[in-house]
Amino acid sequence: MKPAPFEYVRPRTRAGVLAALAAAGEDGKVLAGGQSLIPLLSMRLASPKVLVDINLVPDFSALKISPTHVEIGPTVRHQELLTSEAVRKAVPLLAQALSYVAHPVIRNRGTSVGSIAHADPSGELTAVLSLLDGVVTIEGQDGTREVTGSDFFLGPLESAINSGEMATRVTFGRLPTTMGTACVEVSRRHGDYALVGVCAAIVLGEDHQIDRARISLFSVGPTPIVIDVSGILKGIRIDSKHWREAARFIASSVDPDGDIHATTAYRKNLVEVLSKRGLQCAYQNALDRVAVKQ
Amino acid sequence: MSEKHIDVSMTVNGFPRSGSVPARRLLSDFLRHDLQLTGTHVGCEHGVCGACTVLLNGKAVRSCLLFAVSVDGGEIVTVEGLANQDGSLGPVQQAFHECHGLQCGFCTPGFITTISAFLDEHPNPTEGQAREAIAGNLCRCTGYQNIIKSVLRAAEIRNEMMQP
Ligand SMILES: Cc1cc2nc3c(=O)[nH]c(=O)nc-3n(C[C@H](O)[C@H](O)[C@H](O)COP(=O)(O)OP(=O)(O)OC[C@H]3O[C@@H](n4cnc5c(N)ncnc54)[C@H](O)[C@@H]3O)c2cc1C
Ligand code: FES
Ligand code: FES
Repeated sequence: MKPAPFEYVRPRTRAGVLAALAAAGEDGKVLAGGQSLIPLLSMRLASPKVLVDINLVPDFSALKISPTHVEIGPTVRHQELLTSEAVRKAVPLLAQALSYVAHPVIRNRGTSVGSIAHADPSGELTAVLSLLDGVVTIEGQDGTREVTGSDFFLGPLESAINSGEMATRVTFGRLPTTMGTACVEVSRRHGDYALVGVCAAIVLGEDHQIDRARISLFSVGPTPIVIDVSGILKGIRIDSKHWREAARFIASSVDPDGDIHATTAYRKNLVEVLSKRGLQCAYQNALDRVAVKQ
Repeated sequence: MSEKHIDVSMTVNGFPRSGSVPARRLLSDFLRHDLQLTGTHVGCEHGVCGACTVLLNGKAVRSCLLFAVSVDGGEIVTVEGLANQDGSLGPVQQAFHECHGLQCGFCTPGFITTISAFLDEHPNPTEGQAREAIAGNLCRCTGYQNIIKSVLRAAEIRNEMMQP
């Protein structure tokens, strides 16, 4: 099927984009990479009256890596973020998660900020934002505000961005070298959306013992689900039955919906298996990072 | 109701092309219907099958997930643009021919474009990389094995062509 008619505007400046969004109000939508929006338009699941194409605004494509932060502009493509060596060093979880996002051809066009703004609970980057408390900068004609981590997601495809506004930046702090991360998922085919996926982060304290452990689940609930298991894993070393205990605790805390692809019981089982695997990988990653630093 | 038309121009396979289209015209339809370049195929029209893949400014993209108006000023290469200058089969096309990389041929234009862009970045791929490179394209006939062979053979042909 083909999209319904719409009015198309392609401003060349940030002010122009914000003015167009404000004028369109509820009838307007941002067009970033279009890799989620255009299928929705073609299937007529969405038919906004105005599309504001943001791809011509030069400063929107900025990817800034400072000693303390990674700042991602709204037209930075997944593939650019995934292949940046500096990003991989500063926030390894971004590259770990992006390698699961669609296929290279989709990643050439799709934007990372767009995938967060889209708030698809199956999107890998939604879990990354929640786990690392990334900050979304939301701009409208009336001003700018910042929303952190899980607070950004209100429901499936629903975020803190109001009509007339857009996300102009997503910022992640550089991860401390005592933190290890991992992203693991199960999908029908590589590049498909996950049946269940997990992002995990472990922070080491003294003696390489675990100090903090957190997990963020995607494709499990209406928004990413963050669960802290520091209480169970604090102070333990690998090979302990505590890994299983933490994974069981995580699985018992969630109640995923079943659908044609996976039943509730299967998803819960995947949550347990992948949580254990994710936490262990994150722990190994933390040990590797600490070793490199020494 | 007559829909508003917008002028677009772009370079397609090295030639300047232009048209006047509604904003909702997909690039795939612009190529096929407006420019009569029917080499680009349309399977699913929502980004899943890969048959419509073309090169935009050197990078492989889905033409069903772009509006023609959005690529105004851009440089497009379709499967028609991937033959050699003298009209003989280009390296990836030749490899598909030699390795029996196609049966019905519906998926083939998307594979040829995807693989051409891939080989530009990975001139000497491993079999694993070749497999990964085509993971986003669907083929209902071949079972993929001969397509993977074609990727590796295409790399050989390209490297032979590069030699003086
Ligand atoms: C075959 C296929 C497989 C895919 N697999 C995956 C996958 O495994 N994992 C995954 O995470 N994604 C996947 N995707 C989606 C892909 O990652 C998209 O690129 C991404 O979700 C949306 O980014 P975009 O730039 O294309 O946004 P668009 O499609 O342009 O926009 C999507 C939505 O977000 C809004 N939006 C975009 N940018 C902004 C902004 N800056 N401010 C406010 N609103 C904004 C738009 O208005 C729209 O509602 C897949 C897509 C396809 C076609
Ligand atoms: S027609 Fe574009 S991906 Fe299937
Ligand atoms: S050759 Fe028939 S679909 Fe691939």
